Amino acid sequence: MTIASSRPPSRLPLSGAEGAGSTLRTGRAKAREDGGDGRLAAVFIAPALLGFTVFLLWPTLRGIYLSFTRFNLLTPAEWVGLDNYVRMVHDPIFWDSLTVTVEYVLINIGIQTVAALAIAVLLQRLTQSALLRGIVLTPYLMSNVVAGLVWLWILDNQLGIGNQIIGGLGFDRIPFLADETWAIPTIALINVWRHVGYTALLLFAGLQAIPNDMYEAARVDGASEWRMFWRITMPLLRPVLAVVLIMTVIGSFQVFDTVAVTTAGGPANATNVLQYYIYQSAFARFQFGYASAMSVALLVVLSAITVIQYRLTRAGHSDLG
Amino acid sequence: MTAVTTTTGVRPVRRRLNPGRILAWAVMAAIILITLLPFYWILRTALSSNAGLNAHPTDPLPVDLTGSGFARALGLESTKEAIAQGGAGGGLKFWRYLLNSVIVSTMITVCQIFFSSMAAYAFARLRWRGRDKMFGLFLAGLMVPTIFTLLPNFVLIKQLGLVDTLLGIGLPTMFMTPFAVFFLRQFFMNVPREVEEAALLDGAGKVRIFFRVLLPMASTPVLTLAVLTYITSWNDYFWPLMVSYSDSSRVLTVALAIFRAQTPAAGVDWSGLMAATLIAALPMLLLFGFFARRIVSSISFTGIK
Repeated sequence: MTIASSRPPSRLPLSGAEGAGSTLRTGRAKAREDGGDGRLAAVFIAPALLGFTVFLLWPTLRGIYLSFTRFNLLTPAEWVGLDNYVRMVHDPIFWDSLTVTVEYVLINIGIQTVAALAIAVLLQRLTQSALLRGIVLTPYLMSNVVAGLVWLWILDNQLGIGNQIIGGLGFDRIPFLADETWAIPTIALINVWRHVGYTALLLFAGLQAIPNDMYEAARVDGASEWRMFWRITMPLLRPVLAVVLIMTVIGSFQVFDTVAVTTAGGPANATNVLQYYIYQSAFARFQFGYASAMSVALLVVLSAITVIQYRLTRAGHSDLG
Repeated sequence: MTAVTTTTGVRPVRRRLNPGRILAWAVMAAIILITLLPFYWILRTALSSNAGLNAHPTDPLPVDLTGSGFARALGLESTKEAIAQGGAGGGLKFWRYLLNSVIVSTMITVCQIFFSSMAAYAFARLRWRGRDKMFGLFLAGLMVPTIFTLLPNFVLIKQLGLVDTLLGIGLPTMFMTPFAVFFLRQFFMNVPREVEEAALLDGAGKVRIFFRVLLPMASTPVLTLAVLTYITSWNDYFWPLMVSYSDSSRVLTVALAIFRAQTPAAGVDWSGLMAATLIAALPMLLLFGFFARRIVSSISFTGIK
C-alpha cells in the first residue's frame, strides 16, 4: 500500500535521456528519495522513537527534576531546591555506601580483568576450541540471583562445601558473607565468576584481530610466550581492553542483585552498596526525591570515570594501523 | 618487536608439549573446573534430602537420592510434607512464575527486535531529514546507565496504572534499546546497495524490500540479538522486583529471592532452593545449548564495533 505513495508518479521525462543522462538520473533519483523516504522513515522510526522518548529521554530529565523535590509517590512532588543534595553531602551512610561500592568495583574489576585476560590468552594461544569458549560462557547465562544463591550455599558457614574443605584442611572456617571484612570481596568474587567468561570472550575477539604472523615472526626470533604477551599482545590489545574496561566498570558500579539475595546490605551496612541504598531509600522509606539525587550523583560519578578512563587509555586510538 | 628479516626455509616451529604448555593446560583445566563445579553442586544438592545434606555435607554424590526438592520447588508437595522435609510451608507457584518469565521475556524480545530492526533500517538505509542528529541522540542514550532511569520509570509505570502487571515489566524495553538499534544498524549498513537496487528495479517498494529482502538477510544477527535479549530479560531482577508485588506478575528471579527469604536462616531448605535454582536456570542453558556456536562467535561482534 505504501508502494504507490512513497514513489513519485512519473519517471517519464528522464527515460528518453539514456546514456549521457545516467549520472544525472541517479542524482535526481536520490533527490526524489529524499522526499519519498521521509514519510516511510517516520513510520519505521515511530515505535522506537516513542520508546526512546517515554522510557529513556523523559525519565532521564524527570530523574534530574525529582532530585530537586520531596516526593513520596502519594502526594505530588514538592520543589525543595538543593535540599536533597545538601542532605546527601552530610549523610554518612551515603559516603559509606559510595566507599563500599568503590571497594567492590576495585576488587571486582581488578580480579576480573586479569582473569579474563588470562583466559582469553589461553584460549587463543592453546586452542581455538569453540566448546571451551562455550563452557567459559556458561555462568553468564545464570542470573545474578542464581549465582548469588549457589555461592551462598557453597560458602555456607556450616554445610557449604567450600567451608567443609577449608575446615577439612585444618583451617578456621571463613564466614564469607557474614563477616564485615569478607563480605564485599566475596560478593565481588561471585560476580567475577558470573561475568569473567563474557569479558574473556570480548578480549578473545580483540586478540583474534592481531595477525598471527606477528607471533610466528617473534617465535622465529626466539621470543618466549611471556615476552610475546608483553611485547605483542598487550600493546595491540590496548584499545579493546580500554573499551571493555569502561563497559565493565560501568556495569560493576551498578551491583545490586547479588547483594540483595546474599547479604541484603549487611552485616552492619558492610555491603550497603550505593545502588542498594538508593533502592532502600526509595522503596523502604519512600524518599524518591533523595533516592533520585543519589542516582544523579551516581550518574555524575560514572560519566566522570568514563571520560577519565577514555582519556587515560586513549581508547579511541589503535596501534594496529 | 624488531622487524624480522625474511629468511627462507624457516618453518613455523611445531608446538610441542613443554613444561610451559603443560602448566598452561593445567591452569585452563582449573578454570573449567571452577566454572562448571557449581553447576554440578546445584544438581547434587537438588537431588539430596535436607537431612542427608546435614549428615554428609561433603559427599560428592547426591545424599538419599530424592526428587523431593523439585517437588517442593514446584509446589507439588503438601504443606505438611514440605515442612517435614525441611521446606517452607508457604505455597510457591513455580509454574506460574515460569509462565510469567516466559511471557515477559518473549514479549520483550519479539517487540524489541521487531521495532529496533525497523528503526535500524530507517537509520541505515532510508534518507530523511534529521537522521544523523537523531541517531546521535540514540547513541547518547547508550551512555545513560539503566539505574538512572529505573526510579522515574517506576513512577511513570505507577501513574499508568501498570504496577504489578506483566506489561508493566515489559514496557520500558519493548520498543527499543539503543544497543539493539545500534547493533542492527551496523549490519544493515554493510548490506550492498546493489541488493536493494535490484529489488527496486523489480518494482518492490521499500517496505517490501525491508521485510522480504533485508530482514531475511539479517537473520543471523537478528537471531543472536534475540537470544541475548531473551537471556537478559529472563535474568533481570531489579526492575521486576520494583514493579511486581503479587503472584500475578512475579517472575522466576524474584520468586527465587523470595523462596530464599522465606526459609528460616537457621535451617535453610537448600535442597528445595537448589532445585528451584536449577528450574530457573535450565531454560537458558537449553536455549544456549541450541545456539551456542552462533552466540559465542557473535559476541566478538557485539563487543568490538
